[in-house]
Parts: sequence; C-alpha cells; structure tokens
Amino acid sequence: MTIRNSPLHDIHVAAGASFTDFGGWQMPVRYSSDLTEHHAVRDAAGLFDISHMGEIVVLGPEAGAALDYALAGRLSNIAVNQAKYSLLLAPDGGIIDDLIIYRTGDDRFLVVANAGNREDVAAELVQRAAPFDCDVYDESDDIALIALQGPKAQEILEQLTPQIDGLTTSLADLKYYWSTPARWADHELLIARTGYTGEDGFELYVSPDAAPALWTAIAEVGAGSGLVPAGLAARDTLRLEAGMPLYGHELGRDILPVQAGLGRVVHQNKSGGFVGQDALAVGAPDGARVLVGLSAEGRRAGREGYELFGADGEPVGRITSGALSPTLGHPIAMAYVDPAVSEPGTELFIDVRGSRIPATVTPLPFYTRKAL
Amino acid sequence: MTDLTALKYTDQHEWLLVEGDVVTVGITDYAAGQLGDIVFVELPQVGATVQAGTVVCEVESTKSVGEVYAPANGEVVERNDAVVDAPELLNGDAFRAWLFKLRVDDPAVFENGGFLTRDQYTALEA
Repeated sequence: MTIRNSPLHDIHVAAGASFTDFGGWQMPVRYSSDLTEHHAVRDAAGLFDISHMGEIVVLGPEAGAALDYALAGRLSNIAVNQAKYSLLLAPDGGIIDDLIIYRTGDDRFLVVANAGNREDVAAELVQRAAPFDCDVYDESDDIALIALQGPKAQEILEQLTPQIDGLTTSLADLKYYWSTPARWADHELLIARTGYTGEDGFELYVSPDAAPALWTAIAEVGAGSGLVPAGLAARDTLRLEAGMPLYGHELGRDILPVQAGLGRVVHQNKSGGFVGQDALAVGAPDGARVLVGLSAEGRRAGREGYELFGADGEPVGRITSGALSPTLGHPIAMAYVDPAVSEPGTELFIDVRGSRIPATVTPLPFYTRKAL
Repeated sequence: MTDLTALKYTDQHEWLLVEGDVVTVGITDYAAGQLGDIVFVELPQVGATVQAGTVVCEVESTKSVGEVYAPANGEVVERNDAVVDAPELLNGDAFRAWLFKLRVDDPAVFENGGFLTRDQYTALEA
C-alpha cells in the first residue's frame, strides 16, 4: 500500500511531529506530548489535521433517495446545511463504515468516510446509487480537513471571520451538526460544527492548496488562547472519554448497529427499504455481545484485545479500546460483553497481562462537556 | 550528562549499565519517545529471581504498553520507586530514570556479545 502524506505534512514536520500510519496515511500522532494536547483540547483548543478522511459527493435530483436506500438513516429529509451521523451497512447488517453526511445543496450531499474505508464506501455508494438519478464522486484527494476543537474554538475562529465571506450564519449561531459554506482567501470552505473530541468545535473542509495557509492562520490567531496542534493520540483518548466509537475497534463488519448501541441511527421502517433492512429486522442473535463502558481504579489500563471475566471466572467479553483517562485520572475502556453482564454497576475483571483488575460497567460517555 | 557510549543496549530498546556483577536497566529515550507520555510503571520486587529474556517490568503510556526484559539471569537487588511515583521521569531523561538493578549470575554474558554498542543501537533506531 502506498503511504500518503497530508497536504499539511511539511507543517507537521516543521512542528516536530512524530508520525504514524493511519488508514494508509502518514499522520501526526503527537507534536510534543499526548497529555498536553489532550488537556489543551479540554481546557482551551486543539488543531487537528484529519485530511486522511474520505469525502464522497452524491449529486443529483435523487441524491437524497439514493442515500436513504444506501444508508441506515434517513438523509432525504435533512435540511440544506444540516449534518447527520449514519451507517453504511452490508446486506447482513454488519457495519461497513460510520459516516457523517452534510447536505450542501438541495441535490448535493457530502459523505465523510473513515480513511481506511474510503474505497469501500465509494464503491458501495456508486453501486447502490446506480438506479437513482444522481452521480457519485470520490473527491477525497481534492479536500483537506482541519478540525478546531475545544471550548475556545469559537472565539479563535471568530478572529478569522473578517477574512471569511459568504457565511449563512454567524459562528455563534451555527448549531451543533450544522454547517455553512464560506469563502476564505479566494478558496471555498465548508465550516461544520462537528467533531470527535466531546468538545465544542468546528471541522473545516478546504482545498489542499489552501489548507497550509488556513492551518497557519488559525494557529497564529489561536496561540494566545492556548491553541496547540494535536495529534491522533490525543484524538483517540478524547473520543474514548466522549464514548465515541472508532471503526475497526467498536465498529466492524461483524457488528450489528444494535450491538454498538447505534439502534437510534437506524430508520428501520424506512419506505423504499435500505441495504441491511431485512437482516436488522431479524435482529441480533440471542446472547450477542453489546458495547459497554468500563471504569477501573488505579492507573493500569485495560487495552484493546484484553479479555474480561465475570465474578465466577468465566470469560464474558473483550476490550475494544482502553486507556488511562487523562481527564478523569482513572482507567476507562469500551468493551463488548455478554448481555447478562452489561448492566451499569456490574463488576467485571480485566485480564491485564495475567493480573485480574476489577472494573465496573459504566454508562457512556465517560465525559460530557459542561453546558455553555 | 550520561555517557551513552559507556552503556550497552538491547534490540528491545533497553539500556544497560554494567558495573561488576550488577547491571542497571532502563529504557532508551527512543523507546520513551515512541511510547509517548508514560503514565504507569510496574517494577519487579527486590529479591525476585529473573530469567534472561523474560518480561520483568511494564511501562505504559496513554497509548500503549512497553515490556522490559531481563538482560540476564539474576536477582533484582534494587528498584527505582521514583519512576513508579512519577512515570513522566522516563519522558524527561530516560537515561537517568533507571528501572531496576540486577545482580547477574554470570557477568561474563556481557563480554560475549549479544548486546549492542551505542553505534549499533542508533543504527537500529534509524
């Protein structure tokens, strides 16, 4: 597989980032310290390069109907500039990818896919949209993506608004899961109030040519507010605290939406049907494991792949993501467990490389930001 | 400043300071950097008998777990509890933040190769 570099790669190198391979891309894992970057996002703001994400455009009079058929949710009835989280399912109900879809026009939708699934998502959308009057374009190579996340994200981005034209709303009035088109320095932007950290913030879709200048401009105006560049390591601990699933960990082709706690995303009785509908109508087999949160004491974290045991010593599940929570100061994890031990408060044991560490089933998310 | 050329290294990113029959063991700055922010260290008990090549110590960061191996057969004679209390010391100066000291059964193992010089180790990092 070819390893690709972000359009912001040179900036990251100059900033001293260390890199990791993520979905076929060399992306910054950290600039200085995971913990510093994590705390900056919780307390002030962080700037993330997530240009590895895939962007697929569905365009045409029946684009909404095509997505209603292709995805688990109903997309045709969201408003222009609105966003929605959804799932692309296999015919057997397994999750091919989780997606955010922005309606950027009456007949235009922008589907944002995980980097590692970009090609699968594009191929499925092309095939599923074929009977409809619309076209599917993989525009991933023409779109860079910068996420500005944290309680100070709005005040930082507002400092750039004198240079931004064409907003349909002020940033203060831009609601969560809504977006606005814009122009910055003669480049088209899509500014979305979305994110993957559990904080307020924005995601900025921009052409690769303009991305370095936009990144630098945000970094400069944000420095006084405590903004730091943040890598994928901090992004992972932030999303884990916020109880957000990550494809390949909590989500996969062998997982049904209901197991992942994503039943609310599925519009089961959608007229016209959708791929995966029949399988979901049958439901998960009895005893299928379900996603839960786990909290533990001490500092020793259960991690992906670690086995879970019940009080009687029987195996009951497995961790999919785990870390010592930087914000909470104790270990947290997400795990798939037998339904019988999935109730909050249930005491389980994590096998941490031979030692059994007690852990308690805990409602997700672990962390919720304070109301503004 | 630690004289890094006076140390021996393993391909598992441990550094070794050999003084007679006692060897002090730590992880390299490269290993600490790869792990990221280190948040938990578990050290062997003083008096424990360990076998060469077995895991005797764990170093956890926010992102991953590093295992530290015994470089030789021997007995743990001292441990650095300062790094248990403040794991971030390993991110500060990994060559001062030693983990444990081992009295080895046969100090000749360090003469017979199998360990790396500074130059050999830095070539491995690259």
